[in-house]
Amino acid sequence: MIKRALWLFNKDLVSELRTRYAINALAMFIIVTISVILFAIGQEKISHALAAGLLWVVIFFSAMSGLSRAFVSEEERGTNLLLQLVASPTVVLTGKLFYNLILVFTMNMVILVLYSALFDAFALKNVFLFLASFVLGNTGLAFASTIIASIIAKANSKGTLYPVLSFPILLPLLLMLVEITKKCSDGVAFGEIAPEFFALVSYNVIMATASYMLFDFIWKE
Amino acid sequence: MIKLELKELTKIFERRVIFRNISLIKDAPGLFGVAGPNGSGKSTLVKVITGLLSPTSGSVAFSAGGREFSPGEAINHFGFASPYLVLYDEFSARENIEFSMKIRGLQFDEAYVDELLQHFSLLKRKNDPVRAYSSGMKQRLKVISAFAHKPELVILDEPTANLDSEGKARVYELAKIAAAEKLVIFATNEEDELAMCNEVLNINDYKLNNNTGKGAKV
Repeated sequence: MIKRALWLFNKDLVSELRTRYAINALAMFIIVTISVILFAIGQEKISHALAAGLLWVVIFFSAMSGLSRAFVSEEERGTNLLLQLVASPTVVLTGKLFYNLILVFTMNMVILVLYSALFDAFALKNVFLFLASFVLGNTGLAFASTIIASIIAKANSKGTLYPVLSFPILLPLLLMLVEITKKCSDGVAFGEIAPEFFALVSYNVIMATASYMLFDFIWKE
Repeated sequence: MIKLELKELTKIFERRVIFRNISLIKDAPGLFGVAGPNGSGKSTLVKVITGLLSPTSGSVAFSAGGREFSPGEAINHFGFASPYLVLYDEFSARENIEFSMKIRGLQFDEAYVDELLQHFSLLKRKNDPVRAYSSGMKQRLKVISAFAHKPELVILDEPTANLDSEGKARVYELAKIAAAEKLVIFATNEEDELAMCNEVLNINDYKLNNNTGKGAKV
Protein backbone atom coordinates (compact mmCIF):
# COMPACT_ATOMS: atom_id res chain seq x y z
CA MET A 1 0.00 0.00 0.00
CA ILE A 2 2.82 2.38 0.92
CA LYS A 3 4.54 1.70 -2.41
CA ARG A 4 1.35 2.56 -4.31
CA ALA A 5 0.88 5.70 -2.23
CA LEU A 6 4.45 6.68 -3.04
CA TRP A 7 3.60 6.47 -6.74
CA LEU A 8 0.79 8.95 -6.20
CA PHE A 9 3.12 11.14 -4.16
CA ASN A 10 5.69 10.95 -6.95
CA LYS A 11 3.04 11.86 -9.52
CA ASP A 12 1.90 14.87 -7.47
CA LEU A 13 5.46 16.03 -6.88
CA VAL A 14 6.46 15.81 -10.56
CA SER A 15 3.16 17.43 -11.55
CA GLU A 16 3.79 20.27 -9.09
CA LEU A 17 7.32 20.81 -10.38
CA ARG A 18 6.01 20.96 -13.95
CA THR A 19 2.93 23.11 -13.38
CA ARG A 20 3.95 25.13 -10.25
CA TYR A 21 0.33 24.97 -9.19
CA ALA A 22 0.91 25.44 -5.44
CA ILE A 23 4.58 26.42 -5.10
CA ASN A 24 4.16 29.85 -6.73
CA ALA A 25 1.06 30.67 -4.68
CA LEU A 26 2.80 29.61 -1.46
CA ALA A 27 6.04 31.47 -2.18
CA MET A 28 4.21 34.70 -3.02
CA PHE A 29 2.01 34.41 0.04
CA ILE A 30 4.94 33.84 2.39
CA ILE A 31 6.90 36.79 1.01
CA VAL A 32 3.92 39.16 0.99
CA THR A 33 2.73 38.21 4.50
CA ILE A 34 6.14 38.51 6.12
CA SER A 35 6.76 41.83 4.31
CA VAL A 36 3.41 43.25 5.48
CA ILE A 37 4.14 42.27 9.09
CA LEU A 38 7.60 43.82 8.85
CA PHE A 39 6.19 47.10 7.47
CA ALA A 40 3.40 47.10 10.06
CA ILE A 41 5.82 46.67 12.95
CA GLY A 42 8.33 49.19 11.65
CA GLN A 43 10.73 50.23 14.40
CA GLU A 44 8.44 49.03 17.20
CA LYS A 45 9.72 46.39 19.62
CA ILE A 46 7.40 43.39 19.86
CA SER A 47 7.27 40.88 22.68
CA HIS A 48 8.31 37.21 22.45
CA ALA A 49 4.68 36.21 22.91
CA LEU A 50 3.51 38.37 20.00
CA ALA A 51 6.35 37.13 17.77
CA ALA A 52 5.39 33.52 18.55
CA GLY A 53 1.75 34.23 17.73
CA LEU A 54 2.59 35.99 14.46
CA LEU A 55 4.75 33.07 13.32
CA TRP A 56 1.78 30.71 13.48
CA VAL A 57 -0.52 33.28 11.87
CA VAL A 58 1.82 33.34 8.86
CA ILE A 59 1.96 29.55 8.82
CA PHE A 60 -1.83 29.17 9.09
CA PHE A 61 -2.64 31.54 6.25
CA SER A 62 0.15 30.19 4.05
CA ALA A 63 -1.24 26.70 4.57
CA MET A 64 -4.67 27.97 3.58
CA SER A 65 -3.31 29.35 0.31
CA GLY A 66 -1.64 26.17 -0.91
CA LEU A 67 -2.49 22.96 0.91
CA SER A 68 -5.93 22.45 -0.61
CA ARG A 69 -4.30 22.00 -4.02
CA ALA A 70 -3.66 18.29 -3.52
CA PHE A 71 -7.35 17.53 -4.03
CA VAL A 72 -8.66 20.71 -5.63
CA SER A 73 -6.37 20.39 -8.66
CA GLU A 74 -7.64 16.83 -9.29
CA GLU A 75 -11.23 18.03 -9.06
CA GLU A 76 -10.74 21.16 -11.17
CA ARG A 77 -8.93 19.31 -13.93
CA GLY A 78 -11.39 16.41 -13.83
CA THR A 79 -8.69 13.80 -13.11
CA ASN A 80 -10.37 12.69 -9.88
CA LEU A 81 -12.44 10.07 -11.75
CA LEU A 82 -9.29 8.50 -13.14
CA LEU A 83 -7.79 8.45 -9.68
CA GLN A 84 -10.95 6.90 -8.22
CA LEU A 85 -10.77 4.25 -10.89
CA VAL A 86 -7.16 3.18 -10.41
CA ALA A 87 -6.54 3.64 -6.69
CA SER A 88 -8.24 2.65 -3.47
CA PRO A 89 -9.27 5.49 -1.12
CA THR A 90 -6.57 4.50 1.41
CA VAL A 91 -3.85 4.77 -1.24
CA VAL A 92 -5.17 8.16 -2.37
CA LEU A 93 -5.32 9.58 1.15
CA THR A 94 -1.86 8.27 2.05
CA GLY A 95 -0.31 9.56 -1.18
CA LYS A 96 -1.88 13.00 -0.78
CA LEU A 97 -0.85 13.05 2.86
CA PHE A 98 2.79 12.36 1.95
CA TYR A 99 2.63 15.20 -0.57
CA ASN A 100 1.09 17.66 1.90
CA LEU A 101 3.60 16.65 4.58
CA ILE A 102 6.50 17.48 2.26
CA LEU A 103 4.80 20.72 1.20
CA VAL A 104 4.06 21.75 4.81
CA PHE A 105 7.58 20.98 6.03
CA THR A 106 9.24 22.77 3.11
CA MET A 107 6.92 25.78 3.39
CA ASN A 108 7.27 26.04 7.16
CA MET A 109 11.05 25.62 7.12
CA VAL A 110 11.25 28.54 4.68
CA ILE A 111 8.92 30.59 6.89
CA LEU A 112 10.91 29.69 9.99
CA VAL A 113 14.26 30.63 8.44
CA LEU A 114 12.91 33.95 7.08
CA TYR A 115 11.10 34.71 10.32
CA SER A 116 14.16 33.96 12.47
CA ALA A 117 16.34 36.13 10.24
CA LEU A 118 13.96 39.10 10.04
CA PHE A 119 12.37 39.29 13.51
CA ASP A 120 14.72 39.98 16.41
CA ALA A 121 11.94 39.34 18.92
CA PHE A 122 11.73 35.75 17.76
CA ALA A 123 14.55 34.23 19.79
CA LEU A 124 14.26 30.64 20.99
CA LYS A 125 15.98 29.61 24.18
CA ASN A 126 14.88 25.97 23.97
CA VAL A 127 15.44 25.14 20.30
CA PHE A 128 15.21 21.36 20.65
CA LEU A 129 11.77 21.45 22.27
CA PHE A 130 10.56 23.96 19.71
CA LEU A 131 11.75 21.77 16.82
CA ALA A 132 10.06 18.70 18.31
CA SER A 133 6.76 20.57 18.64
CA PHE A 134 7.30 22.14 15.19
CA VAL A 135 7.49 18.63 13.68
CA LEU A 136 4.36 17.52 15.53
CA GLY A 137 2.56 20.74 14.62
CA ASN A 138 3.41 20.38 10.94
CA THR A 139 2.24 16.79 10.94
CA GLY A 140 -1.07 17.81 12.52
CA LEU A 141 -1.41 20.65 10.02
CA ALA A 142 -0.81 18.26 7.12
CA PHE A 143 -3.34 15.71 8.43
CA ALA A 144 -6.04 18.32 9.04
CA SER A 145 -5.50 20.25 5.83
CA THR A 146 -5.48 17.09 3.70
CA ILE A 147 -8.81 15.76 4.95
CA ILE A 148 -10.41 19.23 4.82
CA ALA A 149 -9.09 19.69 1.26
CA SER A 150 -10.75 16.42 0.23
CA ILE A 151 -14.07 17.70 1.61
CA ILE A 152 -13.99 21.17 0.09
CA ALA A 153 -12.70 19.95 -3.31
CA LYS A 154 -16.24 18.90 -4.20
CA ALA A 155 -17.80 22.25 -3.21
CA ASN A 156 -18.45 25.19 -5.53
CA SER A 157 -16.85 27.92 -3.41
CA LYS A 158 -13.65 26.10 -2.53
CA GLY A 159 -11.56 29.22 -1.82
CA THR A 160 -13.92 30.54 0.84
CA LEU A 161 -14.83 27.22 2.35
CA TYR A 162 -11.27 26.04 3.01
CA PRO A 163 -10.28 28.62 5.67
CA VAL A 164 -13.81 28.67 7.12
CA LEU A 165 -13.82 24.90 7.63
CA SER A 166 -10.17 24.75 8.66
CA PHE A 167 -10.31 27.44 11.31
CA PRO A 168 -12.29 25.56 14.00
CA ILE A 169 -10.38 22.34 13.31
CA LEU A 170 -6.95 23.96 13.35
CA LEU A 171 -7.65 26.40 16.18
CA PRO A 172 -6.77 23.97 19.05
CA LEU A 173 -3.59 22.99 17.21
CA LEU A 174 -2.57 26.61 16.65
CA LEU A 175 -3.31 27.63 20.23
CA MET A 176 -1.13 24.81 21.54
CA LEU A 177 1.66 25.67 19.13
CA VAL A 178 1.57 29.38 20.00
CA GLU A 179 1.74 28.49 23.70
CA ILE A 180 4.64 26.07 23.19
CA THR A 181 6.54 28.54 21.00
CA LYS A 182 6.05 31.26 23.62
CA LYS A 183 7.36 29.00 26.36
CA CYS A 184 10.30 27.87 24.20
CA SER A 185 11.19 31.56 23.77
CA ASP A 186 11.23 31.86 27.57
CA GLY A 187 13.47 28.79 27.81
CA VAL A 188 11.23 26.57 29.94
CA ALA A 189 12.00 22.91 30.64
CA PHE A 190 10.04 20.03 29.07
CA GLY A 191 8.01 19.47 32.24
CA GLU A 192 6.29 22.83 31.81
CA ILE A 193 5.12 22.21 28.27
CA ALA A 194 4.45 18.50 28.66
CA PRO A 195 0.62 18.93 28.74
CA GLU A 196 0.61 20.90 25.46
CA PHE A 197 3.17 18.51 23.97
CA PHE A 198 1.09 15.41 24.72
CA ALA A 199 -2.04 17.23 23.55
CA LEU A 200 -0.24 17.77 20.21
CA VAL A 201 0.48 14.04 19.97
CA SER A 202 -3.18 13.28 20.78
CA TYR A 203 -4.37 15.79 18.17
CA ASN A 204 -2.30 14.02 15.50
CA VAL A 205 -3.59 10.60 16.50
CA ILE A 206 -7.21 11.84 16.42
CA MET A 207 -6.78 13.56 13.04
CA ALA A 208 -5.10 10.50 11.52
CA THR A 209 -7.77 8.12 12.80
CA ALA A 210 -10.67 10.37 11.77
CA SER A 211 -9.11 10.93 8.32
CA TYR A 212 -8.75 7.24 7.51
CA MET A 213 -12.22 6.45 8.89
CA LEU A 214 -14.00 9.22 6.95
CA PHE A 215 -12.10 9.34 3.70
CA ASP A 216 -13.93 6.43 2.03
CA PHE A 217 -17.21 8.31 2.37
CA ILE A 218 -15.75 11.63 1.23
CA TRP A 219 -13.88 10.28 -1.79
CA LYS A 220 -16.61 8.17 -3.39
CA GLU A 221 -19.44 10.21 -5.02
CA MET B 1 -12.01 -15.93 -16.89
CA ILE B 2 -13.48 -13.30 -14.62
CA LYS B 3 -17.17 -13.50 -13.73
CA LEU B 4 -19.20 -10.30 -13.58
CA GLU B 5 -22.46 -10.52 -11.71
CA LEU B 6 -25.05 -7.77 -11.35
CA LYS B 7 -27.79 -8.45 -8.83
CA GLU B 8 -30.98 -6.40 -9.05
CA LEU B 9 -28.94 -3.30 -9.75
CA THR B 10 -30.91 -0.07 -9.39
CA LYS B 11 -29.84 3.54 -9.66
CA ILE B 12 -32.15 6.41 -8.85
CA PHE B 13 -31.02 10.06 -8.89
CA GLU B 14 -33.34 12.00 -6.64
CA ARG B 15 -36.68 10.71 -8.02
CA ARG B 16 -35.49 9.85 -11.52
CA VAL B 17 -35.08 6.16 -12.22
CA ILE B 18 -31.94 5.65 -14.32
CA PHE B 19 -32.34 1.87 -14.34
CA ARG B 20 -34.06 -0.65 -12.14
CA ASN B 21 -33.41 -4.29 -11.28
CA ILE B 22 -30.70 -5.18 -13.75
CA SER B 23 -29.57 -8.74 -13.07
CA LEU B 24 -27.09 -10.57 -15.21
CA ILE B 25 -24.12 -12.89 -15.07
CA LYS B 26 -21.29 -12.67 -17.59
CA ASP B 27 -18.57 -15.29 -17.41
CA ALA B 28 -17.79 -16.04 -21.04
CA PRO B 29 -15.67 -14.17 -23.56
CA GLY B 30 -17.38 -12.04 -26.16
CA LEU B 31 -18.64 -8.58 -26.96
CA PHE B 32 -21.53 -7.38 -24.84
CA GLY B 33 -23.36 -4.17 -25.70
CA VAL B 34 -25.15 -1.67 -23.49
CA ALA B 35 -27.45 0.35 -25.71
CA GLY B 36 -29.71 3.33 -25.25
CA PRO B 37 -30.19 6.87 -26.51
CA ASN B 38 -28.26 9.85 -25.13
CA GLY B 39 -29.00 10.46 -21.46
CA SER B 40 -30.57 7.04 -20.98
CA GLY B 41 -28.07 5.92 -18.32
CA LYS B 42 -25.49 3.82 -20.17
CA SER B 43 -22.59 5.73 -18.62
CA THR B 44 -24.25 5.61 -15.21
CA LEU B 45 -24.48 1.82 -15.49
CA VAL B 46 -20.80 1.43 -16.41
CA LYS B 47 -19.83 3.85 -13.63
CA VAL B 48 -21.74 1.69 -11.17
CA ILE B 49 -20.07 -1.46 -12.53
CA THR B 50 -16.59 0.09 -12.24
CA GLY B 51 -17.27 1.41 -8.74
CA LEU B 52 -17.18 5.09 -9.68
CA LEU B 53 -20.79 5.38 -8.50
CA SER B 54 -22.63 3.45 -5.82
CA PRO B 55 -25.90 1.77 -6.76
CA THR B 56 -29.09 2.84 -5.00
CA SER B 57 -29.72 -0.86 -4.40
CA GLY B 58 -28.40 -4.16 -5.66
CA SER B 59 -24.79 -5.19 -6.08
CA VAL B 60 -21.91 -5.69 -8.48
CA ALA B 61 -19.52 -8.59 -7.91
CA PHE B 62 -16.35 -9.65 -9.68
CA SER B 63 -15.07 -13.16 -9.07
CA ALA B 64 -12.79 -15.81 -10.51
CA GLY B 65 -12.47 -19.48 -9.56
CA GLY B 66 -15.26 -19.08 -7.01
CA ARG B 67 -13.45 -16.31 -5.13
CA GLU B 68 -15.03 -12.89 -5.02
CA PHE B 69 -12.72 -9.89 -5.42
CA SER B 70 -12.82 -6.98 -3.04
CA PRO B 71 -13.31 -3.57 -4.72
CA GLY B 72 -9.57 -2.93 -4.21
CA GLU B 73 -8.66 -6.15 -6.02
CA ALA B 74 -11.27 -5.75 -8.74
CA ILE B 75 -9.64 -2.59 -10.13
CA ASN B 76 -6.71 -4.73 -11.30
CA HIS B 77 -8.97 -7.10 -13.23
CA PHE B 78 -10.84 -4.70 -15.46
CA GLY B 79 -9.89 -1.92 -17.83
CA PHE B 80 -12.09 1.08 -18.48
CA ALA B 81 -12.07 3.81 -21.09
CA SER B 82 -14.49 6.66 -21.50
CA PRO B 83 -14.49 10.19 -22.99
CA TYR B 84 -15.14 11.69 -19.52
CA LEU B 85 -12.00 10.21 -17.98
CA VAL B 86 -9.40 12.97 -18.01
CA LEU B 87 -5.71 12.14 -18.32
CA TYR B 88 -2.90 14.10 -16.67
CA ASP B 89 -1.99 16.48 -19.46
CA GLU B 90 1.38 17.54 -18.05
CA PHE B 91 2.51 13.90 -18.36
CA SER B 92 3.32 11.96 -21.51
CA ALA B 93 1.33 8.99 -22.80
CA ARG B 94 3.95 6.64 -21.39
CA GLU B 95 3.93 8.34 -17.98
CA ASN B 96 0.12 8.30 -17.79
CA ILE B 97 -0.04 4.57 -18.52
CA GLU B 98 2.87 3.77 -16.21
CA PHE B 99 1.24 5.74 -13.39
CA SER B 100 -2.15 4.05 -13.81
CA MET B 101 -0.45 0.65 -13.59
CA LYS B 102 2.05 1.33 -10.80
CA ILE B 103 -0.58 2.86 -8.53
CA ARG B 104 -2.50 -0.42 -8.84
CA GLY B 105 0.64 -2.32 -7.89
CA LEU B 106 0.98 -3.82 -11.39
CA GLN B 107 4.10 -4.33 -13.46
CA PHE B 108 4.53 -1.91 -16.35
CA ASP B 109 5.09 -4.04 -19.46
CA GLU B 110 6.63 -1.42 -21.72
CA ALA B 111 7.00 -3.72 -24.74
CA TYR B 112 3.28 -4.57 -24.69
CA VAL B 113 2.31 -0.91 -24.17
CA ASP B 114 4.52 0.03 -27.12
CA GLU B 115 2.66 -2.54 -29.24
CA LEU B 116 -0.63 -0.92 -28.29
CA LEU B 117 0.75 2.56 -28.97
CA GLN B 118 1.96 1.32 -32.36
CA HIS B 119 -1.47 -0.15 -33.10
CA PHE B 120 -3.00 3.28 -32.50
CA SER B 121 -0.21 5.18 -34.30
CA LEU B 122 0.91 6.93 -31.11
CA LEU B 123 4.29 5.29 -30.60
CA LYS B 124 6.29 8.20 -32.02
CA ARG B 125 4.42 10.63 -29.77
CA LYS B 126 4.58 8.55 -26.58
CA ASN B 127 6.94 10.92 -24.81
CA ASP B 128 5.02 14.10 -25.73
CA PRO B 129 2.91 15.66 -23.00
CA VAL B 130 -0.75 14.78 -23.40
CA ARG B 131 -1.64 18.49 -23.53
CA ALA B 132 -0.14 18.49 -27.04
CA TYR B 133 -2.52 15.72 -28.19
CA SER B 134 -5.71 16.23 -30.18
CA SER B 135 -8.99 15.00 -28.67
CA GLY B 136 -8.86 11.95 -30.95
CA MET B 137 -5.33 11.08 -29.81
CA LYS B 138 -6.40 11.42 -26.19
CA GLN B 139 -9.30 9.04 -26.82
CA ARG B 140 -6.93 6.52 -28.40
CA LEU B 141 -4.71 6.79 -25.36
CA LYS B 142 -7.66 6.14 -23.04
CA VAL B 143 -8.48 2.96 -24.97
CA ILE B 144 -4.81 1.90 -24.73
CA SER B 145 -4.90 2.50 -20.95
CA ALA B 146 -7.92 0.21 -20.68
CA PHE B 147 -5.96 -2.63 -22.31
CA ALA B 148 -2.46 -1.88 -21.00
CA HIS B 149 -2.57 -4.13 -17.92
CA LYS B 150 -4.06 -7.07 -19.88
CA PRO B 151 -7.32 -7.12 -17.88
CA GLU B 152 -9.79 -10.01 -18.11
CA LEU B 153 -12.70 -7.60 -18.56
CA VAL B 154 -12.64 -4.43 -20.65
CA ILE B 155 -15.39 -1.84 -20.35
CA LEU B 156 -15.48 0.76 -23.11
CA ASP B 157 -17.94 3.62 -22.72
CA GLU B 158 -18.42 5.35 -26.07
CA PRO B 159 -14.99 4.14 -27.16
CA THR B 160 -15.06 5.80 -30.56
CA ALA B 161 -16.09 9.29 -29.44
CA ASN B 162 -13.86 11.90 -31.17
CA LEU B 163 -12.22 9.23 -33.33
CA ASP B 164 -11.82 9.35 -37.10
CA SER B 165 -12.62 6.33 -39.27
CA GLU B 166 -9.10 4.95 -38.92
CA GLY B 167 -9.21 5.28 -35.13
CA LYS B 168 -12.59 3.56 -35.02
CA ALA B 169 -11.28 0.69 -37.13
CA ARG B 170 -8.32 0.25 -34.74
CA VAL B 171 -10.63 0.13 -31.72
CA TYR B 172 -12.93 -2.42 -33.40
CA GLU B 173 -9.97 -4.54 -34.41
CA LEU B 174 -8.53 -4.58 -30.91
CA ALA B 175 -11.93 -5.23 -29.31
CA LYS B 176 -12.62 -8.18 -31.63
CA ILE B 177 -9.22 -9.74 -30.89
CA ALA B 178 -9.69 -9.21 -27.14
CA ALA B 179 -13.26 -10.59 -27.24
CA ALA B 180 -11.92 -13.99 -28.31
CA GLU B 181 -10.58 -14.61 -24.83
CA LYS B 182 -12.11 -11.98 -22.54
CA LEU B 183 -15.33 -10.09 -22.00
CA VAL B 184 -15.49 -6.69 -23.69
CA ILE B 185 -18.40 -4.39 -22.87
CA PHE B 186 -19.40 -1.59 -25.24
CA ALA B 187 -21.67 1.13 -23.87
CA THR B 188 -22.71 2.92 -27.03
CA ASN B 189 -25.50 4.10 -29.29
CA GLU B 190 -23.47 3.53 -32.47
CA GLU B 191 -25.27 0.99 -34.66
CA ASP B 192 -21.97 -0.37 -36.06
CA GLU B 193 -20.66 -1.14 -32.59
CA LEU B 194 -23.89 -2.75 -31.40
CA ALA B 195 -23.95 -4.90 -34.53
CA MET B 196 -20.58 -6.35 -33.51
CA CYS B 197 -21.91 -7.46 -30.11
CA ASN B 198 -22.99 -11.01 -29.33
CA GLU B 199 -25.62 -9.73 -26.93
CA VAL B 200 -27.11 -6.31 -26.19
CA LEU B 201 -28.77 -4.90 -23.09
CA ASN B 202 -31.09 -1.98 -23.81
CA ILE B 203 -31.06 0.33 -20.82
CA ASN B 204 -34.57 1.59 -21.67
CA ASP B 205 -35.97 -1.86 -20.82
CA TYR B 206 -34.98 -1.27 -17.22
CA LYS B 207 -36.69 2.04 -16.51
CA LEU B 208 -40.06 0.94 -15.20
CA ASN B 209 -41.07 -1.30 -12.41
CA ASN B 210 -43.26 -3.84 -14.19
CA ASN B 211 -45.77 -6.21 -12.62
CA THR B 212 -43.17 -8.60 -11.31
CA GLY B 213 -41.08 -5.84 -9.80
CA LYS B 214 -38.20 -6.85 -12.07
CA GLY B 215 -36.79 -5.22 -15.15
CA ALA B 216 -36.97 -6.94 -18.53
CA LYS B 217 -34.47 -9.68 -19.24
CA VAL B 218 -31.42 -9.29 -21.46
